[in-house]
Amino acid sequence: MKAILSVKNLSVDLEGRRILSGVNLEVGQGEMLAVIGPNGAGKTVLLKTLLHMFPYQGEIRWMEGVRVGYVPQRVAADRQLPLSAGDLLTAKARLLHLGRPEMETAVSATMLTPELLNTNLGILSGGQFQKVLMALALLGQPAVILFDEPTASLDELTEERVYELLHRLQETGIAVVLVSHDLSVVYRYATMVLCVGNGSPCFGPPKEVLTPEALEALYSAPPRYYQHLIEHHGL
Amino acid sequence: MAWLSHVSPGYSVVLALLFAVAAGLVGSFGLMKRMLLAGDVISHLALPGFGLAFLLKINPLVGAATTLFLGTLLIWKLQKKTGLATENVIGVVFAAALGIGAAITPSDDLVEALFGKTHATSLFGFLLGSLAVAFIIAAMWRLRDRLVLTLFSPEVATATDIDVNRVNLYFLLLFSLTILVGLRFMGALLAGSLIILPAAIGRRVTDKMSHFLLASVVASTISVGVGLLLNAIFPKFGPGPSIVMVAALLFALSLARNARRAGA
Repeated sequence: MKAILSVKNLSVDLEGRRILSGVNLEVGQGEMLAVIGPNGAGKTVLLKTLLHMFPYQGEIRWMEGVRVGYVPQRVAADRQLPLSAGDLLTAKARLLHLGRPEMETAVSATMLTPELLNTNLGILSGGQFQKVLMALALLGQPAVILFDEPTASLDELTEERVYELLHRLQETGIAVVLVSHDLSVVYRYATMVLCVGNGSPCFGPPKEVLTPEALEALYSAPPRYYQHLIEHHGL
Repeated sequence: MAWLSHVSPGYSVVLALLFAVAAGLVGSFGLMKRMLLAGDVISHLALPGFGLAFLLKINPLVGAATTLFLGTLLIWKLQKKTGLATENVIGVVFAAALGIGAAITPSDDLVEALFGKTHATSLFGFLLGSLAVAFIIAAMWRLRDRLVLTLFSPEVATATDIDVNRVNLYFLLLFSLTILVGLRFMGALLAGSLIILPAAIGRRVTDKMSHFLLASVVASTISVGVGLLLNAIFPKFGPGPSIVMVAALLFALSLARNARRAGA
């Protein structure tokens, strides 16, 4: 299987501080790579570097002509902008020369109602706003979507729906790179895991990489922190 | 080519109205990018250029255009290099430009440079100004989708293959070009205000993007039209202050309208 994204020996320094070092990973069609690590480990920096937003050393190779979707952790823009989801989707559709059918596919996949599409972004709830971000990322049928903690401010039910959607995307062949703090989600859906933070980065299938020792080293936390997960998944 | 030198006050009025359309459009995106105040400040970059032009006895607009665009490029470069917020960088460049400008502009010309003057425009000047306005409107139209995605989220824009840095530079240059067209009527101190006020009025009256753009353009055009009329009746005011007073009045009316709507 041809890799959609391949990263070799990636290092990132920002303002004289080494944020990431020696990161290697590969993502193929329909795979879900979970990026885990403690706060401040550089997970968001990694995603932004993959988009070439930060200078780096090493190699980042995307499959030629690949279309990427991105769901940011938070949006810095003033949510009081006179903008609706419809405005954003229309802007992206026009740029990518997409028609109404493609817009409808993205809208229906995320269950955005026509009413929500016309509502000002500033008055959407956290879950509704998340749907807008996901619809925007899905528009244009990307081969890979980067999700930066997509459920950070959502209630449990909405969170569950987001992960179901991610799983459905995966089944349609879209590759997913997911930054998550939720190890149960990582065990359930990820095909590969990249851990960044304390020590050298690890990369591999969840059951091989997420050993109790590795998690303890990664989070510098006592074993009971993730004991229930280990028991639950029989590791 | 003598016909190109034909001078008429009518050209000035039409050009000022065309400038109003461009200012409304550029101001709408300036408001969304939270850089309206930048418009006010960027216009001050023209002052050293005015001063030099007056000293060297060349066309003041040539001097203003030179320092305006050099200053704009300097702001963009400093912002990229230092990572400072646009407002910080603009603040630094602005202070320097105003200081240098005030020092070198002959005092007799300073008021005109700061507040504008009703000049009769030549056909050549009119055609050049109209061309600039047509370019601004066309470029804004072409840039609008990239701008919307960039101001919403630079990361989402980058993932959509938008060069965010380039979009920001293009917008700053269009911003400066708009101010340059307005300098004649509004002066270095007030040219930016026609970018600020109509956009603020537009934002007060609507939540919808397309209506917002239209409302800003309409508010800007009314301000210039009525302002020039006011200036014709009371020439003592000057065109810049007259236009700004009308725009401020429209803003006050938009506040009253919203207050009434909230109270209903």
